[in-house]
Amino acid sequence: MLRNEPAITPDLIADHGLKPDEYERILKLIGRAPSFTELGIFSAMWNEHCSYKSSKVHLRGLPTKAPWVIQGPGENAGVIDIGDGLAVVFKMESHNHPSYIEPYQGAATGVGGILRDVFTMGARPIACLNALSFGDPRHPKTRHLVSGVVAGIGGYGNSFGVPTVGGQVRFHARYDGNCLVNAMAVGIAQADKIFYSAASGVGMPIVYLGSKTGRDGIHGATMASAEFGADAEEKRPTVQVGDPFSEKLLLEACLEIMAKDCVIAIQDMGAAGLTSSAVEMGAKGNLGIDLDLDAVPCREEGMSAYEMMLSESQERMLMVLKPEKEAEAEAIFRKWGLDFAVVGRTTPSMRFVVRHGGNVMADLPIKELGDEAPVYRRPFVDTVKPHTIRTADVTAPVALADALETLIATPDLCSKRWVWEQYDHVILGNTVQRPGGDAAVVRIEEGPKALALTADVTPRYCEADPFEGGKQAVAEAWRNITAVGGRPLAITDNLNFGNPERPEIMGQLVGCIRGIAAACEALAFPVVSGNVSLYNETNGRAILPTPTIGGVGVLPDFTKSATLAFKAAGEVVLLVGETVGWLGQSLYLRDICGREEGAPPPVDLAVERRNGDFVRKLIDDGIVTAVHDLSDGGLAVALAEMAMAGRVGARLDGAPDGVPPHAFWFGEDQARYLVTAKTADVEAILAGARSAGVPVMRLGTTAGDALAIAGERALPVAALITRFEAWLPAYMAGRTDNGSL
Amino acid sequence: MKAAVLVFPGINRERDMARTLRLVSGREPAMVWHADTALPPGTDLVVVPGGFSYGDYLRCGAIAARAPIMDAVRAFADKGGLVLGVCNGFQILCESGLLPGVLMRNQNLRFICRDVYLRVERSDTPFTRGYNAGQVIRVPVAHGEGNYIADGETIARLEGEGRVLFRYASPDGLLDPDWNHNGAINGIAGILGERGNVLGMMPHPENHVEASMGRTDGRGLFAGLVDHLAQAA
Repeated sequence: MLRNEPAITPDLIADHGLKPDEYERILKLIGRAPSFTELGIFSAMWNEHCSYKSSKVHLRGLPTKAPWVIQGPGENAGVIDIGDGLAVVFKMESHNHPSYIEPYQGAATGVGGILRDVFTMGARPIACLNALSFGDPRHPKTRHLVSGVVAGIGGYGNSFGVPTVGGQVRFHARYDGNCLVNAMAVGIAQADKIFYSAASGVGMPIVYLGSKTGRDGIHGATMASAEFGADAEEKRPTVQVGDPFSEKLLLEACLEIMAKDCVIAIQDMGAAGLTSSAVEMGAKGNLGIDLDLDAVPCREEGMSAYEMMLSESQERMLMVLKPEKEAEAEAIFRKWGLDFAVVGRTTPSMRFVVRHGGNVMADLPIKELGDEAPVYRRPFVDTVKPHTIRTADVTAPVALADALETLIATPDLCSKRWVWEQYDHVILGNTVQRPGGDAAVVRIEEGPKALALTADVTPRYCEADPFEGGKQAVAEAWRNITAVGGRPLAITDNLNFGNPERPEIMGQLVGCIRGIAAACEALAFPVVSGNVSLYNETNGRAILPTPTIGGVGVLPDFTKSATLAFKAAGEVVLLVGETVGWLGQSLYLRDICGREEGAPPPVDLAVERRNGDFVRKLIDDGIVTAVHDLSDGGLAVALAEMAMAGRVGARLDGAPDGVPPHAFWFGEDQARYLVTAKTADVEAILAGARSAGVPVMRLGTTAGDALAIAGERALPVAALITRFEAWLPAYMAGRTDNGSL
Repeated sequence: MKAAVLVFPGINRERDMARTLRLVSGREPAMVWHADTALPPGTDLVVVPGGFSYGDYLRCGAIAARAPIMDAVRAFADKGGLVLGVCNGFQILCESGLLPGVLMRNQNLRFICRDVYLRVERSDTPFTRGYNAGQVIRVPVAHGEGNYIADGETIARLEGEGRVLFRYASPDGLLDPDWNHNGAINGIAGILGERGNVLGMMPHPENHVEASMGRTDGRGLFAGLVDHLAQAA
């Protein structure tokens, strides 16, 4: 009865990304050779992207619980309680491989996929963020990728109607062959109206909703689970095509039928499409699923069962509806002009049965499809601890002022306005802090509650020391939320690494996860959702380990959020936290001294928490006028950013005794913030710091229209702004290829 | 004020607009579905909000302009009713024949979201009575196709009849290509229809109306409409 179109050969198995021992596992599981359609289903379920087979055992070590966590990892997105009956639903996901092959559609559908994950759970999306990593600006593909990815993210989010409020953009030669596109979506739901994917009840109709199924994206998840070779371009047909208009309709229709209480279970069709969503709904509900593909709305004629099961056409959903509400739900979908079809039933059999044209095309045990996916304890070697660079061994090649001028115009530190002005960041009318600050602040409805949102990681730290780098990524997200006055609540992690079959890459993954776990634990900042993207590698060269952390915090009153801009002349500039002048892995060392080396700055999580809690209290008490966290580029760069944002200069004392000036101004010591305050409030702040045991140092005063460090050439703020804003537009216009203008 | 906000599939700033109308007028607007054929009784302001109606996969606004509700809007405008179209709404009004000209792709071919400065050209209209002539306001834009153009004769007429209500300008109110982000001819950001009762504009005054959110430059437009309608009643 099982039709077997092409014969199952070792080559065909390999083409499906299945290893010989994995195929043996299939034979043992089902007791016979799989049909072609079944082979496709296994490849969809057992690839790295869907099964987490290399990362699963390590992910279990991440803290996922807190009193405010409603739903941790394992659903479409994580859910946390923020009081007043409201919940935040959020997740970050990568779309790296497709974006490299076809940047516009790859990035667009990355945004579409993550938005769907959020509204599937009953939330209305209120913000998007993204973290983008591109190759060396001089690499011939980089400009094309930046242009396409940014346009794709904007094209989807702008049309869908969600503000894109923050993120990161970096450049490094290690991303030459694999760019990273990590998209995060955040939504708001009623805490008692969250929708899940587990089906319930035997004989319930399975309803297909949204756009029609086409031949796009077939094997997308499998493609994303392999390295690129010379043939990356040939994989273009595996990339899906996005339709934000349909997704907007799908959002409105889904929220409408949810509000009318029609839905028992819902699952979006993302990676591995109909296969993954149907299996998930059944397996989670301890039910079998019987699918009739003849009922699936198709875009093209003559699609085979294999193609339908593996299509990753976008903007589709699968639901189990309350039978008595089916007609009402259908009317709502018809009103929005969307397809609606009953494509199957739940069964008591615990089998996943797929029928097409009167034939059974697949008949597999539904639980085992997911549960029996291979799990690997891949061998790993810890990254060798790098040597600590002594400050005394780094001589300053140029004057401090020259170094600062250079740094703020480098690809990594320059203004990313060219990028975020292509994203509608004000739609919905709730964006309190727009891109360019430490964290975006988005008001909930008409307030006063607001969310603080950020996406962070410092890949060069992770490369040098995965454990410290993993800690730092979480700590920086926590710090950025703190710097706007938010209480950090939870994170989503998007782990981007190379080929896990190489022990040194596996060592990076394991090290970073351990670091993330340590920081989450110490900062009470649990992981509630995430995504793992491996095989970001081309011809054996891997990306920098890039575990992007998407952080969410809450502010009780958005009008109290702090911004980084200097507000007025005559205010006192204070540095919170200790500065030893750590130059290892700093941007100063890399971009000024030409040395990319050393141990990254260590993160003392207890100090991090103590200093952050102190700063948050200052913001809450309303006695600081500006706040900025210190990160890439250190103190001098942070000061320049504050001056440029406020168009106000500052007069600063020289470095204290014992720390060489270039290490003081450009070291990247952690757990530090800059704040400004009115003179009258300074004594109270210093007293508070003493009793909290937080080192606070007086640096100088805001003044005039130049940034002036004692003994150094004063830098006019207007000229700094010109340099800061110039590089990216000039690069994208083809007027410069490297870090200099 | 009894406002009606049109909702076409793919429109996405209808919630921003509805909230602003409520905040400024104290009254919830009616949300009117594109497939309806009549406006709610007593409607005194029709607002076509921003977004990407029908995905803007065809020429922006072209499909929405032919939706059933637009016949009712044209009839309403013919009788002198006030119609405001913002962003995609402006594009829809141009496509529907209620306003002349067309919005082309931004000069740099990219979507642009930023605050811009608008010079208010006249204050003697229902839409701008909340401002002074020559006043400069700061409001956001968010569009990929906002570059206004029309044939020479039409532009001459618009200018001659004082139907350009808003122009992109420098913070000091000077016309300057550097402050005209989309390349619109004569810096045109918003125009009136022939009878002075239809306004189309690309920028989003509805996103700058709350002091707690930082700026209220857009409020004058809506407050002016409320005053005008209160007086007319």
